[in-house]
Amino acid sequence: MSLEINLNVSNKNELDMEKVYDILIIGGGPAGLNAALYSKRKGLDVGIISYDLGGQVMDTSSVENYLGFPSISGEGLMKKFIDHVNILNVPYLEYVHVKDIKKSDLIEIHLEDGNTFKSKSIIIATGSKPRKIGIPGELEYSNKGVCYCAICDGPLFADEEVVVAGGGNSAVEAAIDLSKIAKKVTLVHRSNFRADKILVDQLLTLDNVQIKPETQILEVIGDKFMKGLIVKDRLGNREYTIEAAGLFVEIGYLPNSDPFKNILALNSKGEIIVDKYGRTNIDGIFAAGDVTDTPYKQIIMSAGDGAKCALSANEYINTLK
Amino acid sequence: MKYLNEEVKNQLSEILSGMKDEVNILVFTKEEPCETCEETRDFLNEFASVSNKLNLEMLDIKTDALKANDYNVTLTPSIVLLDKERNYKRIKFNGIPTGHEINSFISSLMEVSGNTSELPADISERLSKISKPMNIKVFVTLSCPHCPGAVEKAHKLALENNNIEADMIEAQTFYDLSEEYNVSSVPKIVINDKHEFVGNQSFEVFLSEMEKELV
Ligand SMILES: Cc1cc2nc3c(=O)[nH]c(=O)nc-3n(C[C@H](O)[C@H](O)[C@H](O)COP(=O)(O)OP(=O)(O)OC[C@H]3O[C@@H](n4cnc5c(N)ncnc54)[C@H](O)[C@@H]3O)c2cc1C
Repeated sequence: MSLEINLNVSNKNELDMEKVYDILIIGGGPAGLNAALYSKRKGLDVGIISYDLGGQVMDTSSVENYLGFPSISGEGLMKKFIDHVNILNVPYLEYVHVKDIKKSDLIEIHLEDGNTFKSKSIIIATGSKPRKIGIPGELEYSNKGVCYCAICDGPLFADEEVVVAGGGNSAVEAAIDLSKIAKKVTLVHRSNFRADKILVDQLLTLDNVQIKPETQILEVIGDKFMKGLIVKDRLGNREYTIEAAGLFVEIGYLPNSDPFKNILALNSKGEIIVDKYGRTNIDGIFAAGDVTDTPYKQIIMSAGDGAKCALSANEYINTLK
Repeated sequence: MKYLNEEVKNQLSEILSGMKDEVNILVFTKEEPCETCEETRDFLNEFASVSNKLNLEMLDIKTDALKANDYNVTLTPSIVLLDKERNYKRIKFNGIPTGHEINSFISSLMEVSGNTSELPADISERLSKISKPMNIKVFVTLSCPHCPGAVEKAHKLALENNNIEADMIEAQTFYDLSEEYNVSSVPKIVINDKHEFVGNQSFEVFLSEMEKELV
């Protein structure tokens, strides 16, 4: 049980609906926060609109590949980001969802609660959400054993058997975390591991973790609750059942681009298409981080993208003057 | 200090300086065996020392059974917040509010102290029409970053409407109860033991579920 203290410190400072901002940033993850830092340091009038501050990294137990921090909790790293942005007093609006955007002379951001904000340029940094497997039983047993946040729901599976689906870093990290709580963890992956060697090596030292590569999950089964999975061994071409009380899905992410799909060009994965300056197909609208078509979704990439978009947006605003 | 280091203590003291009036924190525990009772007492002793607006009262669920009954306390550890006039505000924390849950604890303390947040007009309007008793349980884990948001909303609804009672329940400490309520993702919200949903959802979702009880 987590007896350590995870205090959120923020100096909220509301956004003004009457005003026209230079840059409004949608999203408060690494991309949005770094965009805010760079914009504010350029002396621009900037604000953040986001459902939360911190983004996906908050759901990550430990980050070991952000330069300068050999090992830090996801939340700890984001607190440092947020504290840094707070020093500059960037106003933000939290717990709201952006519904869509409209471009006229200015860009309007419409929220689900009916409010509208105006800006000369915007930076979209809405990141991504967990991808579902799309198999029978997944939806039915969602929240009845099928989970998408290992650090949130892991503690509920003490001394039970669980399965992690996926082969990337998130899946391996989830398996390592869960091995400390659950009786047994089975890591199932369709092909072979893509995770960093250093993580896989750590995983291999754990006694209660079993690894099943080349295995496809076909169905989640159970009665009132999930009881197990039907899987297929792709090499032996054999189907069998794995008993488990929980399935943690860590098979990648889908971009949160829905609110923008009507006016922005997206690729076949639904990612916002950007050029090397972070520009979208519409003048004054920039996009950064996991929501874009840039390869390799990582904290440092997203943060870098955020900086790039802020600098591009600054140049764009200068052309308006 | 075991729980609060200097840095956190300073941040806390700054945040709690925003409290308006005093708040009475009643802590119900019991003799061993009791998971996290001792930790909860230690933690709250440290916490309360940060602000002179916090009055801590340590109670025992057996010897102070009458009080426990007044505030519907059935679990230990359980924390009840009373305003400066010792009015029961129908909100409780069952289990230690450390980890992420310290944030909902602070938010509810602020509210009970009189530093209240304003609900959007349409939400207030719908909330005022909740005319039947409602019990909201919010199951959480301490490592869940989305959970405090759900606890804060449930507590806020209870603070604004006398018919509503809202309890945070830490799912690991109250394992059997979590099993009974089939908790396998958090935050899980259960209304009148009948209607349930998962996730830090909006006030609208809380209200729609409660409105089902009115028809
Ligand atoms: C379990 C896990 C482990 C990971 N581990 C690592 C790691 O060790 N190292 C690493 O480098 N990367 C890691 N990653 C990847 C990393 O978290 C992402 O690449 C990074 O968070 C992307 O940042 P972002 O700012 O683009 O988006 P996000 O972090 O997804 O932030 C998006 C923000 O937008 C907000 N938002 C979304 N939609 C809306 C809307 N409609 N209206 C308003 N706000 C909205 C969200 O609330 C959020 O604040 C991990 C990811 C996961 C899930």
